[in-house]
Amino acid sequence: MSGEGMQAVVIGASAGAVQALSRILPALPGDYPMPVLVVVHIPADRSDLMAALFQAKCRLVVKEAEDKEPIRPGVVYFGPSDYHLLVEADRTLSLSSDEPVHFSRPSIDVLFESAADTYGPGLVGVILTGANEDGAAGLRAIAALGGLALVEDPAEAFAPAMPAAALKQCPGARSMSLGAIADCLAARGAS
Amino acid sequence: MTGDNVEDIEIQLLLEALFRRYHYDFRHYAQASIKRRLKQARLQLGFRSFSALQDAVLHDSAMLSRLLDFLTVQVSEMFRDPGYYRAMREKVAPHLRTYPSLKVWIAGCSSGEELHSFAILFGEEGLLDRTLFYATDINPAALEAAASGVYALDRIKAFTENHQKSGGKSSLSDYYTAAYGRAAFDKSLRRNVVFSDHSLVTDAVFAEVQLISCRNVMIYFDRPLQDRALGLFRDSLARKGFLGLGSKESLRFSAHSGAFGEFVRGEKIYQRRDP
Repeated sequence: MSGEGMQAVVIGASAGAVQALSRILPALPGDYPMPVLVVVHIPADRSDLMAALFQAKCRLVVKEAEDKEPIRPGVVYFGPSDYHLLVEADRTLSLSSDEPVHFSRPSIDVLFESAADTYGPGLVGVILTGANEDGAAGLRAIAALGGLALVEDPAEAFAPAMPAAALKQCPGARSMSLGAIADCLAARGAS
Repeated sequence: MTGDNVEDIEIQLLLEALFRRYHYDFRHYAQASIKRRLKQARLQLGFRSFSALQDAVLHDSAMLSRLLDFLTVQVSEMFRDPGYYRAMREKVAPHLRTYPSLKVWIAGCSSGEELHSFAILFGEEGLLDRTLFYATDINPAALEAAASGVYALDRIKAFTENHQKSGGKSSLSDYYTAAYGRAAFDKSLRRNVVFSDHSLVTDAVFAEVQLISCRNVMIYFDRPLQDRALGLFRDSLARKGFLGLGSKESLRFSAHSGAFGEFVRGEKIYQRRDP
């Protein structure tokens, strides 16, 4: 599998996110040439612990995304709780306080659709375990612009609803095990 | 942005039209959010394209107010981020008590949740009677909602929890009357409030104030526009005046970062630096 033209990875996860992401993010090499943008549904009143949690497990730099921050390759950005995370055309990040989408803020759809606008066919989108439909429309937008759409196999997912919804709305997406997704992402960065 | 994307061209033209025709300037808002909001507006208002929406809004000012609701309305909560209000209460209020009279600017007040939070907090801290609030927004419908102080009853539970977490010294239920699924907040909270149309993008300094709270407004601006707004805040603040921002907003990358010092670390409360 070549990494030709790939420029960024976006990942969305909900219920069961920590375990699923623990199979994927630590598998990425320290010299990974793409940014990885991650949105996880976390309650608004929970402090933002994801970045610290995963920094301890990963070879990449892991941080919470900041408003107006330039996107750098080889960095994993987690969207802060209670804000949407978006990608701007000039390849900076922005946050918004707009209303929740699918009862979620951050919303996976919001990240995926804005990232698809900026990266077009250079984007890899990954939907992992979760219990609602957020991310399905976003993944469809990525595939429609020629990006690569990957989905955790619902049969193996902690919560199958979100990957199942993504596969239904985005028939071109590939359903894979977590191990296969990790291998695929690592290979995309290795070319 | 690639120059050949038709939708992006249409959006830029629509924003230009709004500015030229009505002096609403969204041209320097962060584009990804604006695009998302405009897409929702186009779908829900039933237009085939952004060009068709532009045509309608140019020739029909009634369409403007409908579009503005998509572009500006923010749903906030009372006492959103209770730690911010607790810091205002515990760290900022003691300084404000040293002034015989106070002016406070709630910039981008939207439908008034933040204004009412401050009015309640100032009442609890014995500051309300000496304070004049300026509550400003660019959306007339939002200002009207703020001035009415009526919120859906199903939001009150979250407001009440936030108020308690902020160190509230009274019960939120002391301040509203519930009827027909709505909570109407007491008009005594708005006795010393000036509601006004003001744009951080195009308008100037209008008063000297001791405290400005502007939360999750500048997050929608691009960097140069953020700098304009922060310059306006610096020039509107009295000596050693206070500025409160949203929990994910920062002065760190701003041209005006030197004009402010961090006052409450972690709660995004700054103080104007003066010798």
